[in-house]
Amino acid sequence: MQKLLLLGAEAIAQGAIDGGMSGIYAYPGTPSTEITEYVQHYRLAQERKIHSQWSTNEKTAMEAGLGMSYAGKRAMVCMKHVGLNVAADAFINSAITGSNGGLLVTVADDPSMHSSQNEQDSRYYGKFAQIPILEPSSQQEAYDMAYLGFQLSEKFKVPILIRITTRLAHSRAGVERKPLLDQNSISLPGNPTQFVLLPSIARVQYKGLLNSFIGFIEDSEHSDFNHYYDGEDKSLGILACGLAYNYLMENFPDDQFKHPLLKIGQYPMPRTKVERLMSECKEVLVLEDGYPIIEEVLKGYLAKEHVHGRLDGTLPRDGELNPNIIAKALKLHSEDEVVTIDEEIKKIVKNRPPAMCVGCGHIDAYNALNEALIDYGHGRVFSDIGCYTLGALPPYNAINSCVDMGASITMAKGAADAGLIPAVAVIGDSTFTHSGITGLIDAVNEGSPITVMISDNFTTGMTGGQDSAALGKIEDICKGVGVDPDHIIVFTPVKKNHKVMVEVMKKELAYPGVSVIIPRRQCIQTTRNVALNERIRELNLR
Amino acid sequence: MKTDIILAGVGGQGILSIAATIGMAAINNNLHLKQAEIHGMSQRGGAVQSHFRVSSKPIASDLIPKGVCDIILSIEPMESLRYVDYLHSDGWIITNSTPFVNIADYPDLDVIIAKIKERKNTIIIDADSIAKDLGSAKSSNIVILGAASSHIDIPFEAFEEAIKQIFLRKGEAVVEANINALRAGRDFANKK
Repeated sequence: MQKLLLLGAEAIAQGAIDGGMSGIYAYPGTPSTEITEYVQHYRLAQERKIHSQWSTNEKTAMEAGLGMSYAGKRAMVCMKHVGLNVAADAFINSAITGSNGGLLVTVADDPSMHSSQNEQDSRYYGKFAQIPILEPSSQQEAYDMAYLGFQLSEKFKVPILIRITTRLAHSRAGVERKPLLDQNSISLPGNPTQFVLLPSIARVQYKGLLNSFIGFIEDSEHSDFNHYYDGEDKSLGILACGLAYNYLMENFPDDQFKHPLLKIGQYPMPRTKVERLMSECKEVLVLEDGYPIIEEVLKGYLAKEHVHGRLDGTLPRDGELNPNIIAKALKLHSEDEVVTIDEEIKKIVKNRPPAMCVGCGHIDAYNALNEALIDYGHGRVFSDIGCYTLGALPPYNAINSCVDMGASITMAKGAADAGLIPAVAVIGDSTFTHSGITGLIDAVNEGSPITVMISDNFTTGMTGGQDSAALGKIEDICKGVGVDPDHIIVFTPVKKNHKVMVEVMKKELAYPGVSVIIPRRQCIQTTRNVALNERIRELNLR
Repeated sequence: MKTDIILAGVGGQGILSIAATIGMAAINNNLHLKQAEIHGMSQRGGAVQSHFRVSSKPIASDLIPKGVCDIILSIEPMESLRYVDYLHSDGWIITNSTPFVNIADYPDLDVIIAKIKERKNTIIIDADSIAKDLGSAKSSNIVILGAASSHIDIPFEAFEEAIKQIFLRKGEAVVEANINALRAGRDFANKK
């Protein structure tokens, strides 16, 4: 069979489809978005009636996935790393309920923060929840892990975390498929109270989870994803997790590698293999494309073991690994061999940061907001996660915060509570339904003097124009949670409306209660999206 | 064979179409490949790059190490310089000569071109004009791929076949325009 050329993210999707998945639940987030999009656009997935519609946020996705698992079917939940913070309540508790149908939680981390606000390592969450983790080193492993992950989940009756990173998610390679498996039919959990986490039941369930841990380690010992390669030079042993294995091997073409090597793709760690590496080798270097989790464990709190990695400066403490970093750590090249950067070129080549598109509605909204705020002075605009976060950059310099999904409204409220009046929140339509509504209720309940600008472009723009759960609902939501309809103002952010927008904004900034301003214009990247245009017409939004 | 390529440009210039074309050609020739690209934040008018590795043997890293890259294939001249430390001394810079100016401090184009020409092996091609003369301004990215094609160890016909497969759903006319662009790029490089 010819190999498929797939992104790591797509390989996960293909593996899950072939492995008998009945539904995928997700909120878009780089670098995880392509997993769900692949299922949405894949004809076989449509024929098999695999659920793939976007969820409103990661928590609703996680809970829906758990519901499908309850009903006996195989489900995958996907998100970027910070999305797991949003879904954490459901995720951690899903380890206590356990699964019925296979349940896979695929989380895409972003070491080096290519498009994220931190580089948290989701393996900590897996460890926290005390469930098995799979971490692929290649697109083929990504496929295999999604495919086999459902069976692992059903074997132990727990959800399985699949941890990938940006580099794997967004890198393409050939992938070989396995036979297409049937989906599960509906079957309720054998134990009718399995999913009822009343304290008395939860205590029993939790003991069950703790007792399963021996089985998890046993499975890791025999897993094809964990490999011990012996080597004659035992002065140094290497433990390489996930993608780090590739970066190591890149430096040793044609099997020149002479050290013992433990390649890890399944956690908890295979105990006897780790013991062997630690006892046979004088020193051990741990390569992890993320936080030094394993390194810290092996080194011990008192650092008595001869373990090297990110904690002792052998590798950089933060950021993504690459072949050069590992070559440096192993001192493979002499100083004069190291590539030097031409200083002249550094001077010539200028930064070209991402920017809002020419003609974007956010730009017109920011231009008006900046002018309306002149008399109040700087430092009072709390923003959120989306394209409009780029308003922090020149020439706009329009916002003063970007923390997490929904934080704009609540931070503005807190600042107003402190006396910073008026305080302004800037949030997009999709982020508003993701996590903004609850904060707006807080503000309404206290009559906080904040102005909330919901910049509505009918889509989840930053991640490439996915559906927005807010489409056609924003005014109704605001009215429904108690915003005074006289202070819900909609306008079209275009140059010719600039003066009107400034006037309206000034008036609402002066109002000592909750105002919602909705600049509304379609994202210019979606103008050729036929289905979206149809919906916009139906809802009479233009 | 083994060719490491860095594709460079600005978000929206079409480096992913080039990557898809080489990828299809490589797969059709039963070659191994890995292609790492940047999505999301970097798409919005920012610098974008893709590491493209094709080999007759399995490839370890998705990222090309510094100092081993064979070709920088760039749709924008300044962007071609951004990744020069990845190139080995005999490596090629194959770049469009037309700048994409969306930043206030864009450097003097003559300084950029002069710096590129300091390299041993370069092809600087006015792909925008060539594509426009062919009546398909959008195909300038494929013109540059054509100029690079003889330095990638894949038969030229395989690139043509890949273009047919990739652009088929956009219609015969688009396929033909891109094949013409590919050939025009190759002819330019051969005449040099």
